[in-house]
Amino acid sequence: MLEIKDLVFDVPAEKGTKEIIRNLNLKIDDGKFVVITGPNGGGKSTLAKLIMGIEQPTGGSILFEGEDITQKSITERANMGISFAFQQPVRFKGIQVLDLIRLAAGKNLSASDACEYLSKVGLCAKDYINREVNASLSGGELKRIEIATVLARGTKMSIFDEPEAGIDLWSFQNLIQVFEGIRKSIHGTVLIISHQERILDIADEIVVIRNGMVAQQGPKDMILPSLLGTPAAIGTCSKF
Amino acid sequence: MIDDIQKRLLEEVADLHQMPEGAYNIRANGEMAARSTTANIDIVSKEDGSGIDIKIKANTKNESVHIPVVLSQSGLKEMVYNDFYIGENCDVVIVAGCGIHNCGVQDSEHDGIHRFYVGKNSRVKYVEKHYGAGDGTGKRILNPGTEVYQEEGSYVEMEMVQIKGVDSTVRTTKAELSAGATLIVHERLMTHGTQDAVSKYEVFLNGVDSSTDVISRSVAKDHSVQSFEASIVGNTECHGHAECDAIIMDQARVIAIPKLDANDVDASLIHEAAIGKIAGEQLIKLMSLGLTEEEAEEKIINGFLR
Repeated sequence: MLEIKDLVFDVPAEKGTKEIIRNLNLKIDDGKFVVITGPNGGGKSTLAKLIMGIEQPTGGSILFEGEDITQKSITERANMGISFAFQQPVRFKGIQVLDLIRLAAGKNLSASDACEYLSKVGLCAKDYINREVNASLSGGELKRIEIATVLARGTKMSIFDEPEAGIDLWSFQNLIQVFEGIRKSIHGTVLIISHQERILDIADEIVVIRNGMVAQQGPKDMILPSLLGTPAAIGTCSKF
Repeated sequence: MIDDIQKRLLEEVADLHQMPEGAYNIRANGEMAARSTTANIDIVSKEDGSGIDIKIKANTKNESVHIPVVLSQSGLKEMVYNDFYIGENCDVVIVAGCGIHNCGVQDSEHDGIHRFYVGKNSRVKYVEKHYGAGDGTGKRILNPGTEVYQEEGSYVEMEMVQIKGVDSTVRTTKAELSAGATLIVHERLMTHGTQDAVSKYEVFLNGVDSSTDVISRSVAKDHSVQSFEASIVGNTECHGHAECDAIIMDQARVIAIPKLDANDVDASLIHEAAIGKIAGEQLIKLMSLGLTEEEAEEKIINGFLR
């Protein structure tokens, strides 16, 4: 279980500080498929980064499986079983897709085993396995490879930060299918930051974050109807 | 005779675990240690003792020449001239390289000048690795000079690698290309400690449709200093591209000096240079896969210098 207690995150502002996360409290049960939504600038991505340890909170604590991880490094959290798919996947000169998937899996996977993860995200594996993870790949391709690295880790918790950001409509349609596949096959807790109605629609639970706080949390059927037509749940076409 | 230290140096610079197949000339501590020739590839010592001539007959295909040099005696300084005469329509691989093991207090230095005369329509792959080892205070110095003269339609690909242990190096490479000739250079360099490395390329595109691509990837650590100078002169309709991509770390310094000289309206020349530290987001990504910061840094550098 992930438990967030009184979490605060401030950043320096022109006058003093600005609160991005304000005394946020949240519990995510094991094995749930949870989508976090809410207006832009509400603190969703910051919360995801705080969970992974990419940002350090100003106050409060984060517990994972009952253990306080607030002071733990990114590496320690990763090794405890948290994975993170970046909103803007990182490019590497010289590192190939196969290298990245092997690093993610933590073992020297055979090329064919690594290909399975690429197939799961809808990439024709043999065309990609030896490609460098560099600027020659499109935004949609990078996004899928990023998701494949999280799948290859197979950890207790997987966080996806706005998987729909920065990709074209065609790639997005395919991405939805990828998440529908993940929904069926993954073992563990999935936390997705997204505004997309179609992603919200496959959630067990929806959390709405507004002004750095949890505004709503509950089963999809209870929360989604109130979000439709708002920026927290936009239809596929209205995004593009 | 080749001793154990020299064997290890040979493994590092030429991937040699035993005597290679094909033609070879192994130079150890200033003297010839072993030589073999083939029906198509002859190796002869220059009369004045200053080096060797490697003569490759026209139409020689799929053959290789290894000419590694190893120095394990502290204080040895040498200047060697090796000339390659490659006939027309050849397709050959040439593996050179120098390893220095210096346990002493005196500087060891090998200055190798390689000249390539490449015949029409020949393809040459040239691999040169430099490596230094030994815990003495004497410096390990390598100053390679390469000259390439390419006839029409020839293709030369050079891989120059210096990853570890060389204290000081000045590499100069000069090439002159005739019509339709192509020169591709991949340089990979890593410096650490207080090492310094200078790499200068001067490519003259003299023939119509000649082309070159000079690509350098380097990592400068600690207090080391690197300088990359690439000059491409386009004297006719031609294509030239030079790229310097460097990762800078610690208190290192990296200097990139591009020079493009177009003497013809149809000369198309491009230079790109980028110097920067390892991106924080790259480290974060690999740490989020469970690597420590040090492991992440190593992976990024190894990939970059692949």
